[in-house]
Amino acid sequence: MMRVTLDINGREHAAEVDPRMLLVEFVRRCAGLTGTHVGCDTSQCGACTVHLDGIAVKSCTVFAAQAEGHAVTTIEGVSPDDGLSPLQAAFKEHHALQCGFCTPGMIMSALDMIRRGAATDEQAVRAGLEGNLCRCTGYQNIVAAILAGAAAMAEG
Amino acid sequence: MHPYRYHRPGSLAEAEEVLAGDGDPRPLAGGMSLIPVMKHRLAAPSDLVDLAAIGGLTGITVEPATLGIRAMTRHAAVAASPSVRERIPALAALAGGIGDPLVRNRGTIGGSLANNDPAACYPSAVLALDAEIVTAGRRIPADNFFLGLFETALEPGELIVEVRFPVPAAASYRKFPNPASRFSVVGVFVARLADGAVRVAVTGAGPCVFRVKAFERALAASFAPGALADLSVAADGLTSDIHGSAAYRAHLIGVLAEDAVADCA
Ligand SMILES: Cc1cc2nc3c(=O)[nH]c(=O)nc-3n(C[C@H](O)[C@H](O)[C@H](O)COP(=O)(O)OP(=O)(O)OC[C@H]3O[C@@H](n4cnc5c(N)ncnc54)[C@H](O)[C@@H]3O)c2cc1C
Ligand code: FES
Ligand code: FES
Repeated sequence: MMRVTLDINGREHAAEVDPRMLLVEFVRRCAGLTGTHVGCDTSQCGACTVHLDGIAVKSCTVFAAQAEGHAVTTIEGVSPDDGLSPLQAAFKEHHALQCGFCTPGMIMSALDMIRRGAATDEQAVRAGLEGNLCRCTGYQNIVAAILAGAAAMAEG
Repeated sequence: MHPYRYHRPGSLAEAEEVLAGDGDPRPLAGGMSLIPVMKHRLAAPSDLVDLAAIGGLTGITVEPATLGIRAMTRHAAVAASPSVRERIPALAALAGGIGDPLVRNRGTIGGSLANNDPAACYPSAVLALDAEIVTAGRRIPADNFFLGLFETALEPGELIVEVRFPVPAAASYRKFPNPASRFSVVGVFVARLADGAVRVAVTGAGPCVFRVKAFERALAASFAPGALADLSVAADGLTSDIHGSAAYRAHLIGVLAEDAVADCA
């Protein structure tokens, strides 16, 4: 066992964990933040996407211990206390989710894409979502929502 | 996953000390290959030595005829680097086509080369560009580095610190990606080096990256796609799996090599 202290959404969370504990398990079990999902646990689906120092990563393929000393941001950390962020509002507006299981990962990947200035057109957004799978929507509305969200954030 | 001990040394010397210890200690870079294989219990290291906190292991240096990429440089950083895009655009494009953005945000060049996955992209660039793998104690030419399936010339505990790429006159990488993972079903890297030598390296098609000397001779005589028209690669020894037969892969090598040469011109 080892003591791991993580900065998650600006709050410190400390726990005594097995070195095998993945970042996603720490986020869900130790910090109780269940917005980050596990879709595959084999590094394919991106449902577990969080930010490490602002950069989108698959938290099922990072050990919790590796995240020590870095700022972890989850879907809870990018959601206002009240209402929705502009990107979340765009997902709602464009009907970009059905079961919603992939959505937190989609939002975290999209935020990284928008930060890098990479959400420029449909083709770029589709390329940027290669690490995020959705079994429901067929992606069309997710792409539309990200383009609309990027435009709203640029104005905002 | 089997249990292991986690270490995060702050210096190369400390890392080497742990790696020289008993059991089966292993370096951990981006974890994009090692963590999945540990989950499948295909690897059971006793200790993981996280290289992330060691200073000086990331970054790209530009010299007149060489580009040096430090081992812990992420695929995304290579893809976005203005120096790489300007001097070896094919290498930036290769890095930008590995897996997906989330994988590229973690995976490193050192990890990819040490792993030597038969379908990985970087080994083809290293072999075709005649790059050098720099470890703490020596420099290994590309031709001596890739030994077989997941096998390299690295000794146990030996760390890659840098990869040095000679800047070529022209180069191009063409990959037929597996649509799910984006690993190469076949990938071909063609390079015309500064001294005029031509090197063609193929990944994905066999147990280990390899050169196609017959293509190289023909292209040295005439660097044009037509030079390959009458040549083919034998299917013997190539991989057959659900993604493609050996004959299909042999055919793809020719097609992708012609595309890559056309792209260089
Ligand atoms: C979904 C997915 C898709 C992918 N698609 C592609 C693709 O299209 N093309 C492609 O090429 N790859 C692909 N990969 C693999 C990816 O590029 C990995 O990042 C890479 O193979 C390993 O790099 P890493 O830094 O993650 O290494 P790790 O997983 O940390 O380590 C891999 C191995 O290298 C050793 N090692 C690491 N660093 C060093 C060092 N400096 N010196 C000595 N040994 C070291 C480790 O001990 C381990 O044995 C994909 C991976 C995933 C999960
Ligand atoms: S749960 Fe992490 S990629 Fe699917
Ligand atoms: S909305 Fe169901 S998986 Fe995407």
